[in-house]
Amino acid sequence: MRKKYLTPLLFLLPSLIIIFCFVVFPVFFSLYISLTDFNVRSLVNWGNAKLIGLANYRHLLHDELFLKCIVNTLYFVVLMVPLVLVLSLALALLLNLPLIKLRNFFRMGFFMPYISDGIAISTVWYWVVSKDYGILNHILSWFGIKGPGWLTDVRFAMLAIVGLVVWRSLGYYAMLYLAGLQNIPQQLYEAAEIDGANRWQKIWYVTIPLLAPTTLFISITSMIGGFQLFTEPLTLTNGGGPMDATKTIVLFIYENGFRYFKMGYAAASSYILFAFIFIVTLFQIKLGEQKY
Amino acid sequence: MEKEPLNYNRRKRVPPKALLLKIGVYLLLIIGLLSTILPLFWMISTSFKSQEAIFELPPRLIPKHISFENYINLFKQEIDFAKAFQNTLIVTVSYTIGALLIPAMAAYAFSKLHFPGRNLLFMLFLATMMIPSQVTLIPNYLSINFLGWLNTYRALIIPPLANVFNIFFLRQHMLSIPDELCEVARIDGANEGLIFFRIIIPLLKPALATLGILNFTGMWRDFLWPAIIATDSSMYTLQVALYTLFGQNQASTTFGVVMAGAVLVLIPLFLIFLAGQKFIVHGISTTGIKS
Repeated sequence: MRKKYLTPLLFLLPSLIIIFCFVVFPVFFSLYISLTDFNVRSLVNWGNAKLIGLANYRHLLHDELFLKCIVNTLYFVVLMVPLVLVLSLALALLLNLPLIKLRNFFRMGFFMPYISDGIAISTVWYWVVSKDYGILNHILSWFGIKGPGWLTDVRFAMLAIVGLVVWRSLGYYAMLYLAGLQNIPQQLYEAAEIDGANRWQKIWYVTIPLLAPTTLFISITSMIGGFQLFTEPLTLTNGGGPMDATKTIVLFIYENGFRYFKMGYAAASSYILFAFIFIVTLFQIKLGEQKY
Repeated sequence: MEKEPLNYNRRKRVPPKALLLKIGVYLLLIIGLLSTILPLFWMISTSFKSQEAIFELPPRLIPKHISFENYINLFKQEIDFAKAFQNTLIVTVSYTIGALLIPAMAAYAFSKLHFPGRNLLFMLFLATMMIPSQVTLIPNYLSINFLGWLNTYRALIIPPLANVFNIFFLRQHMLSIPDELCEVARIDGANEGLIFFRIIIPLLKPALATLGILNFTGMWRDFLWPAIIATDSSMYTLQVALYTLFGQNQASTTFGVVMAGAVLVLIPLFLIFLAGQKFIVHGISTTGIKS
């Protein structure tokens, strides 16, 4: 009996310890913190934090800034996900055409921005969309369009961030679609051809339905990623400006937790984020079970 | 060799309509590619502009004179960029080694060893993947603070090692290695450690390379955790240093130095990307298929 467990235990031990200490324990600890008034005084002595029940959650639901963050985050997700889906599918279909030589070259070129994710690329984008000195408004001026101050105008700031995220992730998602396309059996196209389907009908009735698992995967991944939007507004709009138009849930958590040290409040808001992501994940599992 | 792409239209002689289509498709792709590369090009171009040239109107895509002043200034900042580069290298390399070895061991137990409760435990591991990192951010910060680990390498390296995706990925690959290989070795008297290091690890090299690249680049780009843990500027990673530099130069004539910093941060990523292309493609195609 002891022998049966000893070897597996030794192999699992490092993972068990790390996952317990930095995932399992903190999930419960976080829940506890969210029920307290944990603040900067409690940082020195955890005993200073008093249990206050659901007060943090109740405050959050009446905190206009938090509600605005939720709306902003949803707005971002609703804009970004369909754009990513349509554009990456279109790109993958183009790249998959038999007449494309240099497929690998193009694929890698489109993938470049994805590898360069992070603060660095946000600073680059900041400079690209800069009102007077940016290259974007300069190019727009060739067509007689006077570009706005993308990051300073309440109407355009979130669009600039959507632009960054779509631009950055397009190549990655197109690669997922390309992998999906390679898995569609050739015979299906031949059968469709015999039935007299033209190019567009083949795409609409064969390709797109058969890519549904990839589409589901991409929508869920990009949705979850979208809910966690943080680095881009932190950099581009200095933490969610102008007038909080780009403040997201994660920025709210970050500011409350690490700028004001209202840890209890921040933990409660992180649980609300968790709820959003949990719903999306459940939806994925349900859909996945039903169809595939 | 790449798999032959799908034949939408069979290629015989090229009729004019197909030629037109061909030109159209290439035109679209080239415009798309140019706009994809443009921001990166703009970054490099700006980093080689002198202070006066940056605020020239209209903006010039290629600098008239190549100037290295931004790169020289980058290493004269209050924030020590050389140190930040060193910190990032230490953290990223140590993390990557750990993020391969520790999950590989767990994956071995989950795929090649038999013990009661194995599947249940694996399901529990998978369930933790649903937890977004923001939920564990605050308690983890408190634990690190409690341990007195703020501004240490171990605090930057160890918590991110809790990576269930890596276990999942390696387990999938180990399952495709026949059990008989291990059985034969066991009959020959090899212990599990020997089998793991001598049989499994060598067979997993491509999967490990893929995962290594994904983890290395992921860690290199990570910002939130190091920003919280490394509050002392001598412990800054590149991303944190660049963020601070950006904050100081955002609106001023010295923005070129930020672009030089961005180039410095991105060069290692691009080098790895070029060297490991085929592994990246492999990794992405395999994560996509089975979600």
